[in-house]
Amino acid sequence: MNPALMSRNDLFLLLGFTLVVLAMPIWLAPFGAGYPDLLQRFMIYGIFAVGFNILFGLTGYLSFGHAAFFGVGSYTAVWSLKLLTLDAIPALFFAVIISGLFALVIGFLCLRRSGIYFSILTLAFAQMSYNLAYSVLTPITNGETGLQLTLSDPRVIDAAVGHTFVGQPIPTLLGTPIGGYAGFYFCAGFLIITFFIAQRIAGSPFGMMLKAIKSNQTRMQFTGFNTRPYALSAFVISGMYAGLAGALLAVTDPLAGAERMQWTASGEVVLMTILGGVGTLVGPVIGAWIIKYFENILSALNDNILARFFDFLPDGVDTFFVKVIGKFVGDGWHLTLGLVFVIIVIFLPGGIMEGVRRVAAMFDRSGGKTSTRTQAAE
Amino acid sequence: MFEVIFLQFLNGLDKGAAYALIALGLTLVFGTLGVVNFAHGALFMLGAFCAVTVRMFLTMETVTVDPTQLSPWGAPLEIREPLVQAWLGDFGAVLVNYSVPFSILITIPIMLLVGIGLERGIIKHFYKRPHAEQILVTFGLAIVAQEVIKSIFGPNPIPQPMPTDLRGAADIGAWLGMQANVITYPIWRLVYFLFAGVVIGAVFAFLQFTTFGMVVRAGMADRETVGLLGINIDRRFTIMFGLAAVVAGVAGVMYTPLLPPNYHIGMDFLVLSFVVVVVGGMGSLPGAVAAGFLLGILQSFASMNQVKAIFPGIDQIIIYLVAVVILLVRPRGLLGRRGVMEA
Amino acid sequence: MAQNNVVLHVADVHKRFGGLHALADIDLQIEEGKTHAIIGPNGAGKSTLLNVIIGKLPPTSGQVVFDGTILTGRKPYQINQLGIARVFQTPEIFADLSVLHNVMIPALAKRDGMFRLNMLRTLDSETGIRAEAEHMLEDVGLINRRHMQAGSLSRGDKRRMELAMCLIQHPRLLLLDEPTAGMSRHDTNTTIDLLKKIKARGMTKVIIEHDMHVVFSLADKISVLAQGRIIADGMPDQVRGNPKVQEAYLGGAH
Repeated sequence: MNPALMSRNDLFLLLGFTLVVLAMPIWLAPFGAGYPDLLQRFMIYGIFAVGFNILFGLTGYLSFGHAAFFGVGSYTAVWSLKLLTLDAIPALFFAVIISGLFALVIGFLCLRRSGIYFSILTLAFAQMSYNLAYSVLTPITNGETGLQLTLSDPRVIDAAVGHTFVGQPIPTLLGTPIGGYAGFYFCAGFLIITFFIAQRIAGSPFGMMLKAIKSNQTRMQFTGFNTRPYALSAFVISGMYAGLAGALLAVTDPLAGAERMQWTASGEVVLMTILGGVGTLVGPVIGAWIIKYFENILSALNDNILARFFDFLPDGVDTFFVKVIGKFVGDGWHLTLGLVFVIIVIFLPGGIMEGVRRVAAMFDRSGGKTSTRTQAAE
Repeated sequence: MFEVIFLQFLNGLDKGAAYALIALGLTLVFGTLGVVNFAHGALFMLGAFCAVTVRMFLTMETVTVDPTQLSPWGAPLEIREPLVQAWLGDFGAVLVNYSVPFSILITIPIMLLVGIGLERGIIKHFYKRPHAEQILVTFGLAIVAQEVIKSIFGPNPIPQPMPTDLRGAADIGAWLGMQANVITYPIWRLVYFLFAGVVIGAVFAFLQFTTFGMVVRAGMADRETVGLLGINIDRRFTIMFGLAAVVAGVAGVMYTPLLPPNYHIGMDFLVLSFVVVVVGGMGSLPGAVAAGFLLGILQSFASMNQVKAIFPGIDQIIIYLVAVVILLVRPRGLLGRRGVMEA
Repeated sequence: MAQNNVVLHVADVHKRFGGLHALADIDLQIEEGKTHAIIGPNGAGKSTLLNVIIGKLPPTSGQVVFDGTILTGRKPYQINQLGIARVFQTPEIFADLSVLHNVMIPALAKRDGMFRLNMLRTLDSETGIRAEAEHMLEDVGLINRRHMQAGSLSRGDKRRMELAMCLIQHPRLLLLDEPTAGMSRHDTNTTIDLLKKIKARGMTKVIIEHDMHVVFSLADKISVLAQGRIIADGMPDQVRGNPKVQEAYLGGAH
């Protein structure tokens, strides 16, 4: 391949990533996660986290408001499905454009400040969007109920072409309904494309500038760069990623609710990115998968299942285990998440990817020459 | 018209007082330790649940079943006997009635320990790490705290009754020589406001008039110099963290009758309190207090129907809007110093 | 005015901080291709002067003119794009990035300007820029460390790298804030040699320095600053012989 386009390492990474993603229904089946609904979410939140990392991982700007773009993407997509056509492509297209514009305006304002002030500004904007979505903007967002597809939607393009649907409207891709494994592969395609784009950004001179902004803004300024348009570009790109992820969620499950915009949802993508490894390409995706996996698996566990699992223990001891572990699963899985997160931040600030790297370095002391160093910086 | 404005002003006071108290604690921690503490809301929440726990203990009762008597439903009559009342008689009854203010006595040592433990155990390792990591670790701690509370007390809000004598409303208008029954105000809100005033006054007096406070203030201004004088500033800062936890905790205790606490009450207040701190100016104690009241009152005015008719939805966003404007126009906030944490 | 050979003109600059007169009546003309040293005892206002020149501090009155353009009020990146580079007292570098990338970034700034959405190529394919950076690193003796993380370099190496970051932009004016502070005698000498080498290329330099050895081996012209005023101005030998200077500055040292 042309080296101007992609280095060999990057190419292998992309191919490996593609393989892992496409084979997920197979290798995740033994873990009880091989069903399309969850797999779709893996893809969607993977996209969200990859995009978030372009901002936080590369430039170091910690946004606590990215859920707003996710929500805007969802609403836009549902409106496109309602007003224009049930086809997913226009829905995604408009979602990316609208959330990008939204990010442009908010980013322009927020990036006038840095550090904690930037975080608070993004948080304030996201909370404003959330509160408005719940109150005054109800005609657009349908408030607490959430925005849904109905039979009576106009769908002008579909109507003009003469498409009619029977029963509950389902989003389609060129006429094929998007659901089940089709939905998964649809989302997987987008994850791979967005991963590729993120890889390109990280490896380009532009990506290098973003890393340089994170490293030393003063030097960046005195080197002759206007840092603001760089950071703003990163902000808009990551906002578009969030919008795409939100739109995919709306397409696979056509219901958009305001809670997707709440700041806890913004916090979740921060957790994913940190857990996997800030600034790495694969880390955020892994973080998203792990959080979504445990959210589904742990929250589905209940005391009955645990009791069966600990059945081999003597009476009394098993009930004790069930009681204690029961606090960490089911509804209490957020407790596990919080603890894991605190432990990661304290002991492994580079996340799972840093853990992997450390383990690899232990096995590969002799091979750890300079080349791994520069890899580590990327 | 004056009455309406005055009433809205009063309505803003109790929320403003809560914002001011939380923001005060946040600023103490930020100003002394330089740590952005996202777990501060959780401390407010823990305080509130101290009150819940104290009341649970105070209202413990023995239940004896008397088979000789039947309840109106035909089942054997259960006789409940509150233990505290059995042991302490009338004083016990008063104690139960005044459980919320009484909780403060128990909350103070608990929160002090929680605060000091948190600082020594975790926060102190983060002084030299980037602010983003401080935010992240305290954010994680906040999640842990709220999930622990959720698993113990359940997800639903637990109402706390206010003392019977302090229920009802005070006719403030009449006190001030205006027409009776025009401006009435719930007594407990008034209590909360006065309580907040006392706590804020106490914190300021402590910082102003004790040697401990003077060292801490000097440390806030210039940590290195104070360290060079051979003063063990770290231990004092630990205590300041404990103090901030106490302020947040008692603020939470006293707020329980106004808003039944649930596990995420802390997060709800935290987000707003950060906004308050920023509006007041990072690191400025008077700024935090002033901005707390200011925003509480502004919020109260924004929820007036007349205002909402002109700016729909303004009540939902007013605080954030003020924060955005302040940050963009005057990033150091109302009373902050220039350049704090700008990097 | 046909000041064809004056590149930088600091014209009647005053700077007050509250009641403190940090700079008073500063008038400096820096000529093209010359190395101009500004010396003076601690607290004389050297760093303030540099910050005024670079636009970091606005002067209370007066202005700084670079090649016909007024610098006052301009952003650091605009000033850099005009052709002024700066070495800091404590090196400002990209500590997380490799040495090679540290030097490639300023080269990209020189080529692409203050902003370019350049994400269609890979950094590795920027062979021209890379070769230029490697050449520069060879000049400063860091070529063998090009893959190291910049933050892990020694103090002297960080300075040399920062110097390379400035030189690769071929600035018309290079500002050096104590380029040898904290360096060993050996490192200082290699830095002097390096700076002499650039001098041969005709780059204009303003050096703020404590070390007299450095100053007298490099400077074509010296201005002595004391208590915010220029008390002497001239060729090194003139300045050395000036009794006012000896009293204010050199006198203490000898």
